Amino acid sequence: MSSDAHNHQKAGADHGFEPKIIVFCCNWCSYAGADLAGVSRLQMPPHFRVIRVMCSARVDPEFVLRAFERGADGILVAGCHPADCHYIGGNYRTRRRIALLKMLIQQFGYDTDRLQLEWISAGEGEKFQKTMTEFTNTINELGPSPIRGGE
Amino acid sequence: MAEKIKIAQYWGAGCGGCDVALLDIDAKILDIHAIAEVVFWPIGFDGKLEDIEKMPDKSITVSFYNGAIRNSENEHVAKLLRAKSVIMISFGSCACFGGTPGLGNVTNREEVFDTVYKKTQSTDNPKGVYPQEITKVPEGELELPKFYNDVKTLDEVIDVDYFMPGCPPTVNLIALAVDAVVQHVTKGAPLPPKGTVIASDKTLCDECKKERVEKNRRIDKIYQAYEIKPDPKKCLLDQGIICIGPATRAGCGAMCPNANMPCRGCMGPTKAVIDQGASMLSAVSSLLNITDSESTLSEEQIMEMMMQVKDPLGTFYAFTLPKSPLRRIVKERNKKG
Repeated sequence: MSSDAHNHQKAGADHGFEPKIIVFCCNWCSYAGADLAGVSRLQMPPHFRVIRVMCSARVDPEFVLRAFERGADGILVAGCHPADCHYIGGNYRTRRRIALLKMLIQQFGYDTDRLQLEWISAGEGEKFQKTMTEFTNTINELGPSPIRGGE
Repeated sequence: MAEKIKIAQYWGAGCGGCDVALLDIDAKILDIHAIAEVVFWPIGFDGKLEDIEKMPDKSITVSFYNGAIRNSENEHVAKLLRAKSVIMISFGSCACFGGTPGLGNVTNREEVFDTVYKKTQSTDNPKGVYPQEITKVPEGELELPKFYNDVKTLDEVIDVDYFMPGCPPTVNLIALAVDAVVQHVTKGAPLPPKGTVIASDKTLCDECKKERVEKNRRIDKIYQAYEIKPDPKKCLLDQGIICIGPATRAGCGAMCPNANMPCRGCMGPTKAVIDQGASMLSAVSSLLNITDSESTLSEEQIMEMMMQVKDPLGTFYAFTLPKSPLRRIVKERNKKG
C-alpha cells in the first residue's frame, strides 16, 4: 500500500523502534478506504499490516488478544460508520467489544491507546492516511508493547 | 488378579478440594482399591518423596496432579511424577488452567510477599523477615522452595496425557476416568487419545435446564448476582446476570446455574475455542440491546454501557488467567501524560 518510510516516526526513531501495527479492515468500507489511500499515493508510515475481514464484527476479541500476545504494539480495528454497516449492525457489536476490550487490556497493564477503533468509509482515503499517521505516532510515543519490551 | 497397579495423587498450588473430590466417588473407590495401590498421596497418607525417587521410571500407572505450579517444589514433584508415571492426568481447574491461584498473575512475587509479610492488618513483622530459599543456621542449611513470579499450568512444565477440568472435577467425570483406567488395566480396553479432555465437548448451556430466549436474545442491563432475585426457571444471562456458561465446557451438569448461581467458568474453554475469556467477552457485548438510536450514541455512552461489566479480567478469567493469551499483567514503560 504505502512504500515510503517517510519521516513520520520521531520519538521511536532514536532507539530504532519499528512498531508492529495490525489493522483489521472491514471488506466493505475500511479496506476500500485503505485501498483508496494507496491508489491515491497518500504517504503514511509503513509499519502496519492490514488484515481484511468481512466485517469489523468478524474481529473476534481473541484475535486482538492473540495479536498482543505475539508482540503487536498497536491494533486498529476499522469498520463502517454507524448506520452504514453492510450487515446492518456488525459495527455496533464491534464498538461494544472494543470498549470492553479496552477495559480488559487496561487491567492487564496495557495502555488503552494501543487499541483503537475507527470508522473509515470507502471514500475516506485521507481519513485512513490521517488515522494511520496519528496511530503510528501514538504507538511510537508508547514504545514497544510491554509484553516484548517492558518488564 | 495379578499385582495391583500403582497410583499417585499430588497437590500443587491448590486448595485440597480436588483431593476430597476423589473421595466423593463413594463406592467407586472400592473399584480403585480392587486394582490399585496408592503409593503417594500427601493429604491421605504419610508418603515420602524419596520413596518415589527410588522407584523405577514408569512404575506408577496413573498420577493425578491437582493444583497449579506456584513454586519450585510443585514443579519438582510434577517432573518426578511424570518420570515415574505411565499416565499423567492434569486434575482440576488449577492444574489445567491455573484456576483461582492463577489469578496471582495479576500481581508478582514481590507484591505478594509485601502484602503477606508486611501489609496485612494481622501481620506483625517488625524485623521484616521474608522467606528465604536458603537459610544458614548452626545446624546447617535450611531450604524452602522458590516462589515463582508467575503461576503456571501443569502442562507448561511437563507433558500431560489427559485433562480433567472442574473446580473440583465432578464425581461423574472422575468415575468416567476411573472406569477408563479400570477397563484398560483389567480388560485391556484402549485408552482415549492423548490430550483428551475428560468432559463433554459441548457448552454448558447444553446441560443447563433453564429456559432461554431462542431468538433475538437481548438484555438491557447487567446485574451482579446479588442485586436481583432471578426467576429460577429462566436463563440467568437473559435476566442480565453474567453467566459464563456459553463460553464454558459442559460436563459438570450445570450445577451452579441450576442452583441459581451463574457459572464462573471452572470447566474452561469449550472444544472449539482456545480463549474462554475472549469468547465470553464477545457474547456479553453482543447481548446488550441495540435500539434505533444506536447510531447516535457517542463512544463515551458505549463505554459507560460496557462499564456495567465490573472487573472484566476477574469475570472472564476467573479460572483461566495463566492459560489466556496475555497470561499475566505487565507494565508499560512509557506512561504518557
